[in-house]
Amino acid sequence: MNNTNEQPLVEVKHLKQYFDINTGFFKSTPLKAVDDISFSIRKGETLGLVGESGCGKTTAGRTILHLYKPTGGEVLFHGKPVRTKQEIDEYRTKATMVFQDPYSSLDPRMTVSDIIGEPLDVHKMYSSKTERRERILELMDHVGLNSEHAARYAHEFSGGQRQRVGIARALAVNPEFIVCDEPVSALDVSIQAQVINMFDELQDKLDLTYLFIAHDLLVVRHISDRIAVMYLGKMVELADAADIYDRPLHPYTKALISAVPVPDPNMARSNQRIALTGEIPSPLHAPSGCPFHTRCPYAADVCKGSMPAFEEVEKGRFVACHRVKEIN
Amino acid sequence: MSLLEVRNLHTAFYTDAGVVNAVNHISFNLDRGKVLGIVGESGSGKSVTAYSIMQILAGTGRISEGSSIKLDGQELVGAGENVMKDIRGNRISIIFQDPMTSLNPTYTIGRQLSEAILLHTDRNREQARARAIEMLKLVNVNEPEKRMKQYPYEFSGGMRQRVMIAMALACEPDILIADEPTTALDVTIQAGILELMKDIQKELGMAIILITHDLGVVAQMCDEVIVMYAGSICEQGTADEIFYNPKHEYTKGLLRSIPTTGNMGERLQPITGTPIDLLNMPAGCAFAPRCEAAMKICMREKCERMQINENHMAACWMNVRDALNAETAQSEAAQETVQGAEQSEAE
Repeated sequence: MNNTNEQPLVEVKHLKQYFDINTGFFKSTPLKAVDDISFSIRKGETLGLVGESGCGKTTAGRTILHLYKPTGGEVLFHGKPVRTKQEIDEYRTKATMVFQDPYSSLDPRMTVSDIIGEPLDVHKMYSSKTERRERILELMDHVGLNSEHAARYAHEFSGGQRQRVGIARALAVNPEFIVCDEPVSALDVSIQAQVINMFDELQDKLDLTYLFIAHDLLVVRHISDRIAVMYLGKMVELADAADIYDRPLHPYTKALISAVPVPDPNMARSNQRIALTGEIPSPLHAPSGCPFHTRCPYAADVCKGSMPAFEEVEKGRFVACHRVKEIN
Repeated sequence: MSLLEVRNLHTAFYTDAGVVNAVNHISFNLDRGKVLGIVGESGSGKSVTAYSIMQILAGTGRISEGSSIKLDGQELVGAGENVMKDIRGNRISIIFQDPMTSLNPTYTIGRQLSEAILLHTDRNREQARARAIEMLKLVNVNEPEKRMKQYPYEFSGGMRQRVMIAMALACEPDILIADEPTTALDVTIQAGILELMKDIQKELGMAIILITHDLGVVAQMCDEVIVMYAGSICEQGTADEIFYNPKHEYTKGLLRSIPTTGNMGERLQPITGTPIDLLNMPAGCAFAPRCEAAMKICMREKCERMQINENHMAACWMNVRDALNAETAQSEAAQETVQGAEQSEAE
């Protein structure tokens, strides 16, 4: 179904998101949360976005949905730019979001049917009360909730069920593209699998495209077709899920993957971890050149001087590293 | 004699909504120099087990009569607050999940570290400071002299957790209880902290109780594993036995439901249903309502823990059934060989 010549559903071009932080009296410093990232997502694909806290992955997801106004760069949807208010409004009926925390992202004073129905109200997507109600019940059915749950409040549900409500709300406007921001990390292990499977099934059924943001690499690898890795606001590697796992090219990706605790004692014993020294620098004082050079075991002088370009080193495989050829 | 012997531990919380039996008559041993993992979902009683050992339960929580926790043969249940004050921090230390809230933001790191040392040893202020710096070096904090004068907000999450470990280990406890020590941290930082804990454990020879929900962390760290569900121990054994030869349906379900290197691209096999409500516990096995293999007896009666082999115990009726099946199969086979003469009186 996907061939590379086909128009990508979402194209992100040189996206930048800076926040001004007060650093003194009448003085502010830009915090470069997302600094010049570019990638595209094909229709029906799941792109995983991983990185450690503070790397800008959540900000990237929100900026792509225009929840923040981008400082620079643009997002193309179906090849068309999203800029004016009208374009953004229309875009938001096609692109929605599932949030991380199912406890704080649902209004405690609204019933489940009102939570799911709110996007329908906002975008005026029904002509009669019955139609609205039917649509809500259909959505609840999609995510495995019973119709008797409709009149209940969020606090009456467990974490997994709340996340189902959040997903139903995201589906309400019939989106093509959903940004899932850590949708399973607040859930118990036994519930995670239910929700991951539901994402899979909904994708098949409704022909959805996901940007799946998470820090749990095993979960991301399971659900994604391709994976992008971010570090301090920059994208450092983008490749097929299996490739990035079995043969990471960027030194940061290598360290990240080797640090994942594998649920298998024998593999854990034989696993050679690549230890990173030091801490993640503050994004307010990001190092010059390649942001990873302060912790990189392969860092050379060139890395301190300039930021490496995000280049295609193999077909469909992008890496931002000066020394990628030498170290692999 | 084991370093720590927990027998029949039962801890309940007396809330307005009813009695919550958070830990239901559990027993286990911990030997010197071992890492014991306790895994389970939220509400499985793993943290309450740890807090019961330290006797730092919330106001409504009580350890019931008949429970026994012995440290080196000394009974701790009912021993009184004076005895426990000597034990806590000195012989058993605990580090908590959230390094952000476990430190006092208004005191310097140095003061907080020295305080613990002054309280538990007869060192003077100067010696305590020296010991604190030594501990910071042990947990790989750079420039410890400078760091001593800083406040917690100047430390990153990983660094704060290192300080917590330094504080917990300052008095060389026999047991370190780590309650989700790395859950709030990033993977590369987590890997560093886990490695540090293992190194120090080898150096000082203490025992660790590691409480976590992450099976990956368990595989990496633990010699022995306890799997808890709804306040009871379902299964207990060496890490290899638990991962490669699980004998409780809950453990099997957990292992099937996590993404691994082996099941990429396949649908995961989740455990169905929702987590248990501790106020409405079923009569039989607590896991039975969610168990796909549940039999009639599972709904009616709790299964006792049974020895599977020398390194492995599990509380699941399936093992009884399998044992019975094996027995009948064996006797049938035996009959076939004997054959003829004494015909068909098999049970």
